[in-house]
Amino acid sequence: MGTAPVTTVRMAGRRPRRARFLPWAPLVTLVVMLGPVLAGILGTLAPAFGYMPALQGTGLSLDPLRALLEWPGLSRAVMLSLGVGLGATAISLAIVTLICAGWAGTRSFTMIERLLSPLLSVPHAAAAFGLAFLIAPSGWLSRGLSPWVTGWTRPPDLLILQDPAGLSLIFGLVTKEVPFLLLMTLAALTQVRPASSLRVAQCLGYARITGWLKTVFPLVYRQIRLPVFAVLAFSMSVVDVAIILGPNTPPTLAVQVVRWMNDPDLALRFQAAAGAVLQLGLVLFGIGLWRLAEIVAGRLGKIWVSTGGRGWRGPDQVIRGAALILGATAALAVIAGLAGQVIWSFAGLWQFPDLLPDGFTWRNWNRYGAQLAGPAGETLIIAGAATGLALLLTLACLEAEHRHGLRPATRALWLLYLPLIVPQVAFLTGFQTLSIGAGLDGGRMAVIAAHLVFVLPYVFLSLADPWRVWDAKHDTTARALGAGPDRVLWMVRLPMLLRPVLIATAVGFAVSVGQYLPTLLVGAGRVPTLTTEAVALASGGDRRVTGVYALAQTAAALAPFALALVLPRLLWRNRKGLLHA
Amino acid sequence: MPENTAFPPGLRFEGVTISLDDTRLIALDCNVDPGEVLTVMGPSGSGKSTLLAAITGTLPPAFRLTGRIRLDGQDLAGLPTEARQVGILFQDEYLFPHLSVGANLAFGLKPALKGRAARRDRVEAALDEVGLSGFADRDPATLSGGQRARVALQRTLLSEPRALLLDEAFSRLDTGLRQQTRALVFEVARRRALPVLQVTHDHSDAEAAGGPVHCMGQLATRN
Repeated sequence: MGTAPVTTVRMAGRRPRRARFLPWAPLVTLVVMLGPVLAGILGTLAPAFGYMPALQGTGLSLDPLRALLEWPGLSRAVMLSLGVGLGATAISLAIVTLICAGWAGTRSFTMIERLLSPLLSVPHAAAAFGLAFLIAPSGWLSRGLSPWVTGWTRPPDLLILQDPAGLSLIFGLVTKEVPFLLLMTLAALTQVRPASSLRVAQCLGYARITGWLKTVFPLVYRQIRLPVFAVLAFSMSVVDVAIILGPNTPPTLAVQVVRWMNDPDLALRFQAAAGAVLQLGLVLFGIGLWRLAEIVAGRLGKIWVSTGGRGWRGPDQVIRGAALILGATAALAVIAGLAGQVIWSFAGLWQFPDLLPDGFTWRNWNRYGAQLAGPAGETLIIAGAATGLALLLTLACLEAEHRHGLRPATRALWLLYLPLIVPQVAFLTGFQTLSIGAGLDGGRMAVIAAHLVFVLPYVFLSLADPWRVWDAKHDTTARALGAGPDRVLWMVRLPMLLRPVLIATAVGFAVSVGQYLPTLLVGAGRVPTLTTEAVALASGGDRRVTGVYALAQTAAALAPFALALVLPRLLWRNRKGLLHA
Repeated sequence: MPENTAFPPGLRFEGVTISLDDTRLIALDCNVDPGEVLTVMGPSGSGKSTLLAAITGTLPPAFRLTGRIRLDGQDLAGLPTEARQVGILFQDEYLFPHLSVGANLAFGLKPALKGRAARRDRVEAALDEVGLSGFADRDPATLSGGQRARVALQRTLLSEPRALLLDEAFSRLDTGLRQQTRALVFEVARRRALPVLQVTHDHSDAEAAGGPVHCMGQLATRN
């Protein structure tokens, strides 16, 4: 029994160290995630009201707002942002709802689920490039129909891309938001046991979609409301997709703000800040409108439920089919768009009505491949650092929750969504101003900090559920066998949760790879990543370069997903208990 | 080990009550002697398992525990689970799915036994004892229910517990296997002079144990 005092001493020495960091983890995480957002908003508000000492703005004035209001394109840009945001969100939500209503629990649904992660990880810009090539007047669709249907022998002079109403922008957003909302809905569905509700409704004579909408949807919607708000805010204020697919004269408000930010005339910074504040107000207004629509829909829904209408099988089947076709179109658009990029990147001569190029060549990759190395390295360093930090903080928070019972209230979930709901331009412009003041401007560290703001929520959201549903009796068993909490974490919990940890890592990596605005603004244009380079090159209109960059970008985002799927299979190939799921 | 001669050896409950909100789930005041089996019976949902959680120190904060639990005289209050030296077997075996059978057993084996070869020999010996020689490299997911139960038992014993808790430990096994496994567990506990506390809803478990029975969720009786 001589070992007992030694054990006690060692434990006494180890415990305070654990206690030092873990209980603080939630607070540190909140500061790291929300600090830049709040500081950035302040940094945006000040110049919006004329205060920016670096540019001789020392007093408060309404001049920046006045200048903003005098910009002739303002009302059009505002309406465009609002319309695109509400439109893209409503369409995405409708598609996702009807797919789930019509197909949840079927075999086709399992296939849809499998497609989700890869689709989700395709960076927005790459998806937008792909879509642009599909629907442009000289794009694949037009080539496929020419000249035998259309009679065109050269690209028609039509404004399909960047149309003034923002329709192609809406389409582009829908293709990326449908997978996101679907993933969120799937997570919500596992908690509300939809199968039994639906079976009861069907036994009472309800058609499938009608029954699902009346019994399951209200429960699910409550849980996906925050993701829906995030989609709305993102669609209203997105910059990279809007540059590629959105109209130009005027562009959406967010794009115009970025143009002012990057204008050589520094005086426009004030106007840019005012525009960013307006963008924030616009998003809040949009969410208010959506909330109003929720209330109205809720009232109407209650009346609809109380009528007891069973729905009809015929129309039900039609809607079911339509939902699947719409969802498939969104998925196919991304996949075909990527295929187009692949072909362009290897294309030799490729004239208009030809469906495929005359020949394939390595020339494009040889010519641009060397230029890729720099941005690719930068992308990997930034994504690796941001994801690593996010993973560390997330695991620390989840362990603190497990060991110290520091479980956040459901209300705290709002905080996690804050960086996803506050429009990027509204705080990144301020964040840039502040980092200039702090002398951090243009550095890789500042960019990593900015990426962390967006990577953290996604890593947390993706890891929290699998972490929490892990059977705590494994913990009790291991502890009863004499293992301390650290040993249980490293030897039991992390290995058992390897797959979700890797998937969360892949999600974080993909989010970081896809970041355009934080890299551009916080890096002051001096931290080139695959994404910023690809978007910058897009204006050149050379599809071969764009193809090469978009593919490199997609590969950087997809590769970790492939690893996350393959690695557990390799490591646990002799462990049946971990292979399923 | 803090031996306290003022208290008899074994697992001792001194005016222990556990309540949730204002409902008292359990009240226990007794001593489980070394080698003895106390059976706590009650329908599911009556809070039997919270008693075991109180002993392992994993009681959720919503529950309120009063009184004292002593193991060989030592007050368990405030000790972390890993320092209590209480072995527990659940209905599921909770063999760690990422470790081989041998690694699972080595996980339970105290670090005081040094040397890779010595540890491997001890693990092999533990497998021999329950008729599972040569199973060290197997994936636990490929074992039968009875084999898994025996591995879980040996893993617990290798951690040298001072008491054994059984949480419906046999209810997954079918009748024949159940009798066999049960007999093995009780025999080992008796041989090692371990106080055993089992919670179950099955009378045959109580009869096989042969010790005192505490019934919950109705009139508390002891026989």
